[in-house]
Amino acid sequence: MTTIVTENCKNCRFTDCVTVCPVACFHYDDEMLYIDPDTCIDCSACIPECPVQAIYEGDDIPEDQEKWIEINAEKAPGLPVCEEQMEPLPGAEERKAALGF
Amino acid sequence: MAKLGSEENPLLVAIVGSGPSGFYAAEALLKSEINVKVDVLEKLPSPYGLVRSGVAPDHQKLKQVIELYKKTADSPNFNLIANVNVGTDITIEELCQSHHAVIITSGAETDRKLGVPGEDLHGSYTATEFVGWYNGHPDYRDREFDLSHEVAVIIGQGNVAADVSRILSKTVDELKHTDIAQHALDALAESKIKEIHVIGRRGPAQAKFTPKELREFGELSDCNSIVRAEDMILNPESEKELEEKSNIASKKIYDQFCEFSKREPDPAKSKNCYFKFLMGPKELVGNTKLEKVILEKNQLSGEAFKQSARGTGETIELETGILFRSIGYRGVPIVGVPFHESWGTIPNENGRITDNDGNIVPNLYTAGWIKRGPSGIIGTNRACSVETVQCLLEDVEKLDDGTNKSGAENIYSILDAKNIRHINFSDWKKIDAKEIETGDPKGKPREKFTQIDEMLSILK
Repeated sequence: MTTIVTENCKNCRFTDCVTVCPVACFHYDDEMLYIDPDTCIDCSACIPECPVQAIYEGDDIPEDQEKWIEINAEKAPGLPVCEEQMEPLPGAEERKAALGF
Repeated sequence: MAKLGSEENPLLVAIVGSGPSGFYAAEALLKSEINVKVDVLEKLPSPYGLVRSGVAPDHQKLKQVIELYKKTADSPNFNLIANVNVGTDITIEELCQSHHAVIITSGAETDRKLGVPGEDLHGSYTATEFVGWYNGHPDYRDREFDLSHEVAVIIGQGNVAADVSRILSKTVDELKHTDIAQHALDALAESKIKEIHVIGRRGPAQAKFTPKELREFGELSDCNSIVRAEDMILNPESEKELEEKSNIASKKIYDQFCEFSKREPDPAKSKNCYFKFLMGPKELVGNTKLEKVILEKNQLSGEAFKQSARGTGETIELETGILFRSIGYRGVPIVGVPFHESWGTIPNENGRITDNDGNIVPNLYTAGWIKRGPSGIIGTNRACSVETVQCLLEDVEKLDDGTNKSGAENIYSILDAKNIRHINFSDWKKIDAKEIETGDPKGKPREKFTQIDEMLSILK
């Protein structure tokens, strides 16, 4: 079982998820967040927090998003931990609307 | 005197309760920019609250959150004072004299009552007792649950109800390599339960399970999960609820129930777990022991997302000898701290404790379930504790009353004078190591000590 951040986070990075993560497993770059699978405990607290539903776990991961399993695992460990909520990226609200949320 | 929060005059905070919200409050304080010393008081010799005694034994991965709490506990400014009952062994007033601020994170220790006749019959139990029992909580280890009946009923459709139902549905093989208490594993091995009825007062679109917890019911080795196809027909308001994009969790739950409703039960499996909707208990019937439950059928009324269940007067009877109520927890009051009786929480404004008229009570704060009620999962408490600590840090100047505070030293002298055995985090580490060592030959992550005396005897 793995919990991952997917496509929708790109250029949004709302970081609402970070405030409820019990183990601080979110890492960030200039585009989005990634979950470190070695730290994440699959509690799924973050899933309902995401305003663009970018987070999926285990059996719920849509087929076209499966590539993100590897991307999260590869990128997260080398990036800084996101421990507190940050300002969303510029244009995040527009992207959210474009995504239909 | 040096400014409060400086190196010479650190802010002294006592935290009451060492569950997730207590640990997250400690973490937030210790990460702050000022100098803080934290003393966490815990009633049991063991820390971690519901992560140890609430999270189900077959959810070991969730318990890994403890690794983070250990990091907090490793801070030189963190101190655990366990095996101490705040309110009786030491008072809130005494904590306020020895510390600049006190944060109450005592959680929600008891269950909400059904409020129906027969609730206290033998055979009618609370989920709290059962969860505490299988998790080896010292307060509940001596409870006896009569598992000799074929039919068990669980009232409620939240994650605690799911845990109780799943533990009853699993085989010993599915549980024996978890940290379930040995007495519970032995009793469950003799269980005669064949039918488990999980009753929700509203419909399948309003069940409060998380999708993941419900999905586990589809993967049980010796139990079918059964939902009647006709129960999946929704009223227009519920359909509207599921169409709302943000309500994706309820949609997933509904879809999972649909999937169960299409399954052909496997006759080779010896147990069946039935999910039933739109009904609630009207009466528990029996002479001295529970013999049956009378359930009243409900209908939904109100607009989408505000639908409530109302009894229709039509009843059905279910013969059963064992029933668990799991319709929510409530907090218990602590002497010296305001308490909201009907909510079962401490009145507060963003974590600053108030009296029942809304006036802020200086120096007292609260976080977690006792602050906001028993909702959300482990991580939800992190945001909650961070909010409280932010308020506390804003108040720092007001917390300095000019008197010298002696912190833990004062607590120790009070406890020692009363001959109360208190233990610290290093002591706990020894107990922890012994539990892990004892569990190892059985292939269990640990074998919990279920009696306080046993835990303390390790330290002699």
